[in-house]
Amino acid sequence: MTTANPVLKTSAASAKRRFDWVPYLFILPHLMFFAVFAGFPFFLGLVISLFEYDFLRPEATRFVGALNYTNLFTSTSVEFPVFWNALGNTFEFVLISVPLLVVIPLGLALLLNINLAGKNVYRAIYFAPWVLSSAVVGLLGFWIFQSQGGLLNYYLKDLGWFTPRWLSSMPWAWYAILIVTVWWTSGFNMIIILAALQNIPATLYESASIDGANSWQRFVYITIPMLRPVLVFIVIITIIASFNLFAQPLFMTNGGGPAQSGGGGATEPIMIRIYNESFVRNRMGSGAAMSFVVAGIMMVISYFNFRIFRTRE
Amino acid sequence: MTPIPFLRRQLRNPRLTAQRLILYIILTAIALLIILPLLWMLSTSLKPKSEWFLPQIYWVPRTFTLDNYQKILDNPTLPIARWFLNSIFVSSMTTFLILVVDSAAAYAYARMEFPGKRILYGLLLATLFLPGIMFLVPNFLTVANLGLLNSYVGVIVPGLAGVFGLFFMRQFFESLPKELEEAAYIDGATRLQTFLYIALPLSKPALATLGIITFLGSWNDFLWPLLILRDRELLTLPPGLRTLQGAYTSEYGQMMAGAVITSIPVLVLYVMLQRYVVESVQTAGLKG
Repeated sequence: MTTANPVLKTSAASAKRRFDWVPYLFILPHLMFFAVFAGFPFFLGLVISLFEYDFLRPEATRFVGALNYTNLFTSTSVEFPVFWNALGNTFEFVLISVPLLVVIPLGLALLLNINLAGKNVYRAIYFAPWVLSSAVVGLLGFWIFQSQGGLLNYYLKDLGWFTPRWLSSMPWAWYAILIVTVWWTSGFNMIIILAALQNIPATLYESASIDGANSWQRFVYITIPMLRPVLVFIVIITIIASFNLFAQPLFMTNGGGPAQSGGGGATEPIMIRIYNESFVRNRMGSGAAMSFVVAGIMMVISYFNFRIFRTRE
Repeated sequence: MTPIPFLRRQLRNPRLTAQRLILYIILTAIALLIILPLLWMLSTSLKPKSEWFLPQIYWVPRTFTLDNYQKILDNPTLPIARWFLNSIFVSSMTTFLILVVDSAAAYAYARMEFPGKRILYGLLLATLFLPGIMFLVPNFLTVANLGLLNSYVGVIVPGLAGVFGLFFMRQFFESLPKELEEAAYIDGATRLQTFLYIALPLSKPALATLGIITFLGSWNDFLWPLLILRDRELLTLPPGLRTLQGAYTSEYGQMMAGAVITSIPVLVLYVMLQRYVVESVQTAGLKG
């Protein structure tokens, strides 16, 4: 009886190895939605981008290989000028909006980090526009900045000041979109920076003061380095948010006006171009290809941001 | 609460209240700049057309009127009351489903071991780095192929694939002490019971935070319902505002009434639950 009973052994082992299905029941609902609306579309998007595909005329579907992609890089194609116009507009918007959306919220957060009675009320007010829908923000921008009959120009005219044709001329249309966006989202970045500021240990400042550091030195050598991780985060999410600019130009310049000679609207961002290509022109293969190119660019930018700021640490 | 260094010392000095005063003036000026468009929106929505533009600014309308609201409510081509109910329904359902689906999955990822867990979790994590724009066209096609175009289900369901709520809840569950659940488990409780009767009741603050941020996001969502909903009766408020703008190109009172109707619920929610909203944004931000 030195050998173990084989029957007992296998049943014990199989009991041990018996499939435990409970965890899968917990994750199943999410996994199902994830598979259908995040996993599958990733591949569906890749496949569609290789086809000429019109949602309304499925019988006309045709495999075109990389044509939807090469079109974006061939200067003679129909898509080339409008795609790069929109992408260029978006780059410009990102380049100007992101620094503003880091510096202004940083300033606001520094102001609100001072011990003052009632600072929570100010914080609440500065953050408030962020809870509004982009549609409301776009509509407000339209009402305020309309060139003819808009609110701002009414009072500028009344005061006898210069009245730019805000939404119908360049670069004023972009300024209006920029102002509205800064008004809408500064509070969000401010709140995040403020939380990080409050996590900096006070002892750092005290010991620096004892060592004779002046206030500017303490700001440069303590505050900024301590904020670096959160600033990297802010820069990345703000770049992504600015890439996603959509509702403001849709409401304010009706999707990208004023028109310009080279084709494509002067304030048309890439999101509106992809929207038009996919859902107005119904060229979904081409729209999907555009999305993938833009997504690739966004990921490369985020990656380098992360790398550059991290290596400096 | 570290005051910024170069002002801290000065503010402690009672002789330097002038500095404090200047600071308050700056803070108040910025606050006015931020809040004025909202007050103006509200005030215009309550003014008759003759007062929308006056050289002198009246914050409180001289002639108080609900005409603008009456006009859009009476306009059968702009069923804004219906849109309001649609928004309430879509946002509530989205919030409820996200809370259920994400907290259940998060509990398994936080507290259970199972084959494939690491791979699945890695896959979820990877999608955080994929820009949402990649999913716009294919998700539209999936919704269309499932016959869900022009339906609330089509608006709500793709959002349930998101991973933010799952990560948020998982992190919270992992911060809870394990002992309570283990004791219950030894006493014969099933994992469903430890989840429902121990973990969830302890997670009320996290659920409230996730619920608020999900509700806000869903209420304000513009692009997705704009794509999915075609019938005017089915629209939610944000895409409805686009229709409203098209219908009233220069009737600003009506336009602002629509903007107010869209904004009031979220602003009220914000004022009432300000601490939660701010905290949810901060925790979401600091995690990154």
